[in-house]
Amino acid sequence: MREGEPVLRVEDLILYFVTTKGVVQAVDKVSLSVPHNQAIVILGESGCGKSSLARAILRLLPRNVYQYTGKVYLDGRDVMELDEENFAREVRWVGISMVPQAAMNALNPVLKVGDQVSEPAVLHLGVSKAEAWDMARKMFDYVGVPERFLQRYPFELSGGMRQRVAIAMALITMPSLIILDEPTSALDVLTQASIMNTLKQIKQEMPISYMLITHDIATSSDLVEHVAVMYAGQIVEVSKAEAFFQQPLHPYSRKLLAAVPRLYEKQALEFIPGRPPSLLNPPAGCRFADRCPSRFDRCAEEPPTLSVDGHLVKCWLYVTG
Amino acid sequence: MQTVKDALREIRRYPSAIVGLLIVLMLVVLSIYVVIAIPYREAITLWRGGEGTWRSLPRTVPPAWINTFRSQKLPETIDLDSRKGAAERQEAPLGEGKSVTLLYTFDYQADDFPREINIFFETSYKERAPFASITWYTPDGREIAIADLALQAGSTSYRFAQDDKLLRRIRRQVGDVPPEVGLFVAPNPPENPRPLKGTYRVKIQATAFDPETQIDAELVVYGKVHGIAGTDHLRRDLKIALLWGAPVALAFGLLAAAGTTITTMIIAAIGVWFSGVVDNLIQRITEIVLMLPLLPILIMVGTFYSRSIWVILGVTILLSIFGSGIKTYRAVFMQIRESPYVEAAQAYGASDWRIIFRYLVPRIVPMLIPNLVTLIPSYVFLEASLAVLGLGDPQLPTWGKVIQDAVANGAPYKALYYWVLEPSALLMITGLGFAMLGFSLDRIFNPRLREM
Repeated sequence: MREGEPVLRVEDLILYFVTTKGVVQAVDKVSLSVPHNQAIVILGESGCGKSSLARAILRLLPRNVYQYTGKVYLDGRDVMELDEENFAREVRWVGISMVPQAAMNALNPVLKVGDQVSEPAVLHLGVSKAEAWDMARKMFDYVGVPERFLQRYPFELSGGMRQRVAIAMALITMPSLIILDEPTSALDVLTQASIMNTLKQIKQEMPISYMLITHDIATSSDLVEHVAVMYAGQIVEVSKAEAFFQQPLHPYSRKLLAAVPRLYEKQALEFIPGRPPSLLNPPAGCRFADRCPSRFDRCAEEPPTLSVDGHLVKCWLYVTG
Repeated sequence: MQTVKDALREIRRYPSAIVGLLIVLMLVVLSIYVVIAIPYREAITLWRGGEGTWRSLPRTVPPAWINTFRSQKLPETIDLDSRKGAAERQEAPLGEGKSVTLLYTFDYQADDFPREINIFFETSYKERAPFASITWYTPDGREIAIADLALQAGSTSYRFAQDDKLLRRIRRQVGDVPPEVGLFVAPNPPENPRPLKGTYRVKIQATAFDPETQIDAELVVYGKVHGIAGTDHLRRDLKIALLWGAPVALAFGLLAAAGTTITTMIIAAIGVWFSGVVDNLIQRITEIVLMLPLLPILIMVGTFYSRSIWVILGVTILLSIFGSGIKTYRAVFMQIRESPYVEAAQAYGASDWRIIFRYLVPRIVPMLIPNLVTLIPSYVFLEASLAVLGLGDPQLPTWGKVIQDAVANGAPYKALYYWVLEPSALLMITGLGFAMLGFSLDRIFNPRLREM
């Protein structure tokens, strides 16, 4: 691992699907990076391509891929060059793990939780089953699930517990990055907070990075150092977390933050009029233009990505001259 | 272990499951007993033995237990063999040779006449064949001369009903009746004669011309009932076939059902998982096989190739693998394939086969087990149907073969109902047992089928 090199660097990643209606531009020229032992959150509305981005990074592609190009560097190494077999062996779970969306259902109902959690270790680290169970036991300790639950089946566990088990399953091979796809949706707030605390604690104790995918800005704000905002398959803003929450630059980011309820402010919740554009035939130019309050003529052209006060923002507003 | 215990506890809640399980267990125990008690080779030898093996049994008689339900008892076979000491033997020197007297005594208490009477001689001598004269003594003190005959070396059969001289003598002395009736009634019998009850004696007086002559004779007074299962047209004891039918039926049913359902399921899983060309190929093969008629193909295989039960079993399995099950399981697997946990498994690098066997297949097992259990009888019936159509294994005795023999020999028209009903009842009990067990298992494994 080279010093200063981010754990994950994605450059111009493109993932298009082909459907009967046409080509869906789910991930369109996305570039971002995740520094070592830090967390980034990908914010965005439903259907903006967040989960597709996660799949594109892990190369978990459906059968109808139209275009899949770009560069993915893991610890400085271009993993896009690896063939399918090597990728599965050297990247998945070894470099990058994933806690899938709806992780509560991501457990095989006919396997004991312990079997399930130890399986990645057996498959990737080449350890014996007994050793893998020992590792699973340790992971259960980390994520705060009592050891005796190793012997249980998934249906005997609560939703929060299953979520923790899924995290343990992602952790067991000690990857450098974990992609958490909506890890706290469908859980009550107390469980959400407790899981977020667990994740935070793990990050303090282990050299691990997170890529958090969520639309829940409030819960994630406590955990992450970086924020990326995704809109219609593109990243429209990337910045440090504090800067972002104080002063988002992209009009969409602002609208997004304004839509978060605040307890002591007498202020009507805002929403963004209109609907996100279809990824089938996205409009030329800025994709947010139709819903943007500050739109002007130049928005009809593709906006450049600019660096403004440490933010990377893709908007014509910040182009001077 | 725990799961088995749980399953058993669940089963106890369904009376039909208990009955079904008992029937199945009984069949299994019976099969194991039969296979040990009458080994395969022996069963085949017995069943293919012909008249020699079975000469002391009557033809086509019902089982003995029907006497329980009759006021007029039918006779059972009386088999007296001098080699087994069932005759009083007297030997005295006579000139250069000797005289041999065999005296048979038996008690006759049945309300009906025997089916036939035969004597089988076993003789060995040096130069001249010995002579024998047979005399019949009735309980009321009459003495009827049966026959005088020369005993050839080896076996000589004397069949009372086939001796014209005896027939004429009985017509003169008793009346116009066959010997097996005439020898058991008083002279001038009424329209519906009844046998005289009491002690009968048969004396065989033989004259031998050298002292080394050996004479033995087996007197068989054939009854009208036999054993627990009766006999067929070749005097064979149906017990053998009915007993051996159980392991054959179970083996055929189990192998066919397990062989087809499990392979079908795995093929369906493979198709769904690899999709694309593989799936297409499997689906097209299935559609073609679904259109092939199973029975005519089996008949052709049986006629032109081999009627061995194992060949038929193999063809049945081969043709059933790509059956409608593929479509059903495919539908279920398609759904499972999209579950998050399968995707997760793929994400953490489980191989294709690991996903198929550890993630897809186990999910369908609860659906498969009841299915398999209820499928068993249909294959048992298929085997029986093939046998009835004349495609049964020519060597093995099976239930279907017994029915075929019965039908071919006109059992329904000769009122020999036991011959058809016994194997049919066994088939039905087998079907019932597996069906009851299967339907209950279905409820246990698929709780959604239960009423709330």
